[in-house]
Amino acid sequence: MFEFNLPSLGADMDKGTLLEWKVVPGQVVRKGDVVAVVDTSKAAVDVEIWSDGTVQELLADIGREIPVGTPIIALRAPGEAVSAKPARPGKSDKSTPATASAAYAAAPAPLALQAPATTFSATPARQPVSPAARRRAAELGLPLDKVAATGVQGSITLRDVEQAAAAAAQAVAPGSAKPIAAPSAGAKVAVDRNAEMRRAIAAAMHKSKQEIPHYYLSETIPMRKALDWLRAVNEKRPVTARLLPAALLLKAVALATRDFPEVNGLFVNGVYHASAVTHIGVAISLRQGGLIAPALHDIGARALDTVMLELADLVRRCRAGSLRSSEMSDPTITVTNLGDQGVQAVFGVIYPPQVALVGFGRLAERPWVEDGKLVVMPVVTASLSADHRVSDGHRGALFLMRISDLLQQPEEL
Amino acid sequence: MKQQEIRAGVIAAIKAIAPEVEEDELVSGQPLRAQVDLDSMDWLNVLIELHQRFGIDIPEVDYARLDTLDAIVSYLSGRLG
Repeated sequence: MFEFNLPSLGADMDKGTLLEWKVVPGQVVRKGDVVAVVDTSKAAVDVEIWSDGTVQELLADIGREIPVGTPIIALRAPGEAVSAKPARPGKSDKSTPATASAAYAAAPAPLALQAPATTFSATPARQPVSPAARRRAAELGLPLDKVAATGVQGSITLRDVEQAAAAAAQAVAPGSAKPIAAPSAGAKVAVDRNAEMRRAIAAAMHKSKQEIPHYYLSETIPMRKALDWLRAVNEKRPVTARLLPAALLLKAVALATRDFPEVNGLFVNGVYHASAVTHIGVAISLRQGGLIAPALHDIGARALDTVMLELADLVRRCRAGSLRSSEMSDPTITVTNLGDQGVQAVFGVIYPPQVALVGFGRLAERPWVEDGKLVVMPVVTASLSADHRVSDGHRGALFLMRISDLLQQPEEL
Repeated sequence: MKQQEIRAGVIAAIKAIAPEVEEDELVSGQPLRAQVDLDSMDWLNVLIELHQRFGIDIPEVDYARLDTLDAIVSYLSGRLG
């Protein structure tokens, strides 16, 4: 028997509202199956399970707000008997009715259950709370798990408590019961959702700017070779199979990270963990406002066509508000592309616990010197915002140059 | 196919990608992508929608001509013959 906890939904999401179960007790599930749908301020997220097993019991109620890390499903491991009584067959002791909780405690911690990012979750089991905040929360009778933490290292501050109390008072005012936010319940909810998303973005960005000593670099990358190659490829393709420059840029970043582990990983509790694979968080603006940066998984290992398909699918699902928990939780570096309507360059704010963000400005033609001659060149300005605790400008510069070099050989991407 | 029908099809394609768009608010002669805030991915998806609705594959070299709603409608009616 083991429990499946609500996985991390990204650094700026510490809770979700259970919308729907996708499994029933007795159902066999496989790693990666969607077991529930949880609403966050940004999107409805399909929660994927991280281990095979059989659903024993659903532990959470629909409509209820659940903090990340809360057990939501009890499962039997593959091959485990239906009865929960013999906790561990080899050591079963008839005289002590092995209680379910004892069985849970005795069971080896199912490591596979935890998404890699879950272990790095910004909301550890023991929530740091400032003494003043704890006292004030007690006075107000406000449970601390209802308070969104914005302090250092994810701690709850006095101001967080005051804000949560004010929000709770407002929420309770119109009716007696606590309103349950359904995603399509009209304009009022949409406004709340936008306010909630703004709050979540504010908390993550505030934490980033407070804790991460950013440094910024930029480099103008000539794009003629890449665009000529794309044009030639796209000419032969129907509109449904065409590649966008964004696919080339993302693939180049993914490949460049391979030799620069100091920009691809997570900084958690004072320790940097470089990531062996590269999951690129793609910053996508939502039509109703706000921003989300779900992951494209391991695209360095994928063909460009696959990268394009996955990017298109991710953008489409983002706009439709349907994402998977793994996408929300595990980017190891973020790419933001303000795109063809955008500005020349972007200097982004790192999304904690990541340590780097690559930005691309607008593709545009500019004067350029090539072989001693002035020419018109399509260029893009690439920038790097990186964490000085983990890397220095010299390595960051080499990383940006690597991206530039890779884009000069588009056929290799 | 009549211009009116083509226009309706183009607007439906745009609304499929950007559902918040109100037809009345679109200025036919003004650059479309700035009005509707379509990025390159959205634009590609609009073209895919047009492909599905009209059976016309618009080559990349023609993208630059399709800057306004009027231009798209006249381009399509030209291609549809």
